[in-house]
Amino acid sequence: MATPKFDVTKHILVPKHTIISERERKQVLEKYNITYKELPKILVNDSAIKHLKPKVGDIVKIVRASLTAGETIYYRGVINA
Amino acid sequence: MMGPSIHKKVDSIVFGVFSPKIIKKMSSAKVVTPELYDKEGYPVDGGLMDIRLGVIDPGLRCKTCGQKLKECTGHFGYIELARPVIHYNFVSTVLTLLRSTCRECGRVLIPKNKIDSYAKVLDQAEQEGGISARRSKIKEIITTLRTTNKCPWCKSRQQKVVIEKPTSFYENEKRITPIEARARLEKVPDEDCMLFGINAKAFRPEWSVLTVLPIPPVTMRPSITLESGERSEDDLTHKLGDIVRINQRLFENINAGAPEIIIEDLWDLLQYHITTFFDNAVAQLPPARHRSGQPLKTISARIKSKEGRIRHNLAGKRTNFSARTVISPDPMIDLDEVGIPIIVAMKLSVPEKVTEWNAEYLKKFIDRGPKKYPGANYVVRPDGKKKKITDETKEQVIEELQPGYSVERHLMDGDIAIFNRQPSLHRMSMMCHRIRVLPNKTFRLNPAVCAPYNADFDGDEMNLHVPQTEEARIEAEILMQVKTQLISPRYGLSIIGCIQDAITGNYLLTKALNFSREEAVELLLAARENDLSSLSNKQKFSGKEIFSVLLPTDFNFEGKSKGFTGDEKVDMKNDTVVVIKKGQLESGIMDKANLGEGSGLMLRNLVKQYGEQKAIEILGKIFRLGIEVLLKLGFSCCLHDTDMPKEAREEIENTLSKAYEDVDEMIAQFNEGKLEAFPGRSVEETLELKILERLNGARNKTGGIVGDFAQKDSSTIIMANSGARGNPLNLAQMAGCVGQQALRGKRIDLGYSGRTLSAFKKGDLSPDSRGFIRNSFKKGLAPHEFFFGAMTGRDSLMDTALRTPKSGYLYRRLANAMQDVKIEYDESVRDATGNVIQFNYGEDNLDVSKTEGGKLNVQRIIKSVLKA
Repeated sequence: MATPKFDVTKHILVPKHTIISERERKQVLEKYNITYKELPKILVNDSAIKHLKPKVGDIVKIVRASLTAGETIYYRGVINA
Repeated sequence: MMGPSIHKKVDSIVFGVFSPKIIKKMSSAKVVTPELYDKEGYPVDGGLMDIRLGVIDPGLRCKTCGQKLKECTGHFGYIELARPVIHYNFVSTVLTLLRSTCRECGRVLIPKNKIDSYAKVLDQAEQEGGISARRSKIKEIITTLRTTNKCPWCKSRQQKVVIEKPTSFYENEKRITPIEARARLEKVPDEDCMLFGINAKAFRPEWSVLTVLPIPPVTMRPSITLESGERSEDDLTHKLGDIVRINQRLFENINAGAPEIIIEDLWDLLQYHITTFFDNAVAQLPPARHRSGQPLKTISARIKSKEGRIRHNLAGKRTNFSARTVISPDPMIDLDEVGIPIIVAMKLSVPEKVTEWNAEYLKKFIDRGPKKYPGANYVVRPDGKKKKITDETKEQVIEELQPGYSVERHLMDGDIAIFNRQPSLHRMSMMCHRIRVLPNKTFRLNPAVCAPYNADFDGDEMNLHVPQTEEARIEAEILMQVKTQLISPRYGLSIIGCIQDAITGNYLLTKALNFSREEAVELLLAARENDLSSLSNKQKFSGKEIFSVLLPTDFNFEGKSKGFTGDEKVDMKNDTVVVIKKGQLESGIMDKANLGEGSGLMLRNLVKQYGEQKAIEILGKIFRLGIEVLLKLGFSCCLHDTDMPKEAREEIENTLSKAYEDVDEMIAQFNEGKLEAFPGRSVEETLELKILERLNGARNKTGGIVGDFAQKDSSTIIMANSGARGNPLNLAQMAGCVGQQALRGKRIDLGYSGRTLSAFKKGDLSPDSRGFIRNSFKKGLAPHEFFFGAMTGRDSLMDTALRTPKSGYLYRRLANAMQDVKIEYDESVRDATGNVIQFNYGEDNLDVSKTEGGKLNVQRIIKSVLKA
């Protein structure tokens, strides 16, 4: 039986994920004075970013709805499964 | 003046394993005999208590270093083992090496051209995921090597090595003796060891098979002399005695050319003794025991677990200058005071440095001595020598006293102490109080600070610590004073507020009371308000006016009382809109919503506008004012608070009867099969739900009736309305109907088969048989009702008893996992290694303790900015 395809990215609880550009990447790392290693991590095969076709080493920007701040931005480094 | 100059600096530390050579080199004696003492009771040379290994008897001198008891830290010895023995702690190392190196040539079972790439993979893993990633990678490689059956270096066939726990290895059903194992490990070249994460310079693999055994110094296994003059040896000495004895026998048997079986048996025995010497809790071995049957405490038992050296002695801290006793309330001491018994005050002390200005003052303390309060217990000389003050030494000490000395005087009013109640779950569990020396034997604290400590007075005990240096005292005062902890960092509101009587009192005062001028002044003075300038010249005062005297004259505030509905007319009638203008309480009742802990913004605003010192003073006065009001009025609740008029009782009876009828009808419907099921539910479930709903509705209705008919001026109602204690439900249970008893969200349905009690018919679904308590507490419960009540009571008791340790452990794990997390200057949250956890603290960068209930009042900020 074929399981019906469910697009997790459309789900209300899945925040918006995007891979950021080289320029933005530099800005983020510089702003927090960190290297890629110190970023929070996300697996390449994570369902929420699978459709973006991420590569290991990319940085994913996550825009979340926040109870306290309305909207908040989070970054994650893509790592190998 | 200065610390000792540094002449050697630690550059790096290498961890490794002692080689046989080093063991011999660091030893000062070779142990050859299991005997301990000769006939005169003098330690035997070459025995386990050899005086070259250190001294434990007073008067003797160490033969190695010449020092006396307590000066000599002891010296290691060694024994030469007749046959090598596997070191238990390295069994796994030996096994992996035997499995993944060649049995002939000793090289790793990796082809020459691939070694470099393996090393690279490991290095990369370490770079990406740290040392733990490298280790797991090594493990992976080892498992792949196990199946190799031909050495890529010398082409010899490999055998499968199996371990027979704990310490024997077999290959093809044939035992690999420790001699053989050692020979194989010797062949493994240094560079191959690196692949396994072994630094061969500090740890040659063959060293994990012992050929000599170091004997720990006698100072770490001292014998004790019993009253009878008999000597009792330490567990380690016993174990070492066994080892030496078996070792000697093994030597003799080998030299005598005994049969191989006997030698092997002895060898195994030696292995057992050496293994249990290191660890007496090896799963497969019976623990070595005393003659009395209790297991020996050997090396790993000394280090491991809660009672071990690490958690007990190193991580566990004990402290002097502390006290612990039962706590009791005293609403008349200040919020930031703690009452301590005079006996405690005379035992604990504060060192006070003697200067030329206070010498005379301190001499009086010494003169009173340790037995008369306030006296002094010790005098400390500038060289650090402590001298006890007694009646005999008193005069001499006073004579001797000069600037530079310190006097350890008794605690006095106003000294600083840190007060603590376990479990110390948040920072408010340890606060700094001012000492107040009081009679009797309990610690006294203001009931308003019960909330941060989570204390009550049903037998709780608390701890008190007295800081001993000027720095510690200042630090405690700046960081830990009660007033600095007023606002909780958890929700940004005051966690210290009025409780119980203080709430009731202020509620009554601000609701409807009127006092004459004399009474008003009396009340305010009793509450320790000395500034009565804001009291007008009137002869009669309303409670609100009296309350307003405590407020700053420029304080403006708007808020809500407990019964606030939002309906303007109702709120006007009930006086639930709090308006304070220029320090005058114009409308509104002061109840729990305004004065209580963790509720309302009035206290929060007081702190914000007037600072914590002022706020805590005001809070103290409000608290005492409430109590004084009750003292003046007299206040107690009684049984007839729950009396209901006849019509109320009838109405309650009717409501319940109606509900019973309805339920009976539902059951009848169900039995006839006419009941329609809810979507997704069975008919039975539907019936249960319907019954439950109907009965709860009935109970709530009786609650409403009780609320309507209850005397509004009865003490019980006043307490419930003010929020001091109790709620409408408690009242309804007392006067109306106790209601349904539920186990796991269902009506009670266990007990006998098909019924809850033998008094009911099988399959009886009526309210009575399923735990509905129709009576009120005042009326008294029927026997079956009482039993159902006991069931739920026991269930909830069990629940709390089981939940407390569970949640405690959960909290401990959380706290340990997050203890190094902090907010950096760029407002990001990081752990100790600099990994980002949040990019903005709490997503909004707000310090909760600087907010009002987690929010910022932007409107007021704008107003205040525009004003300035």
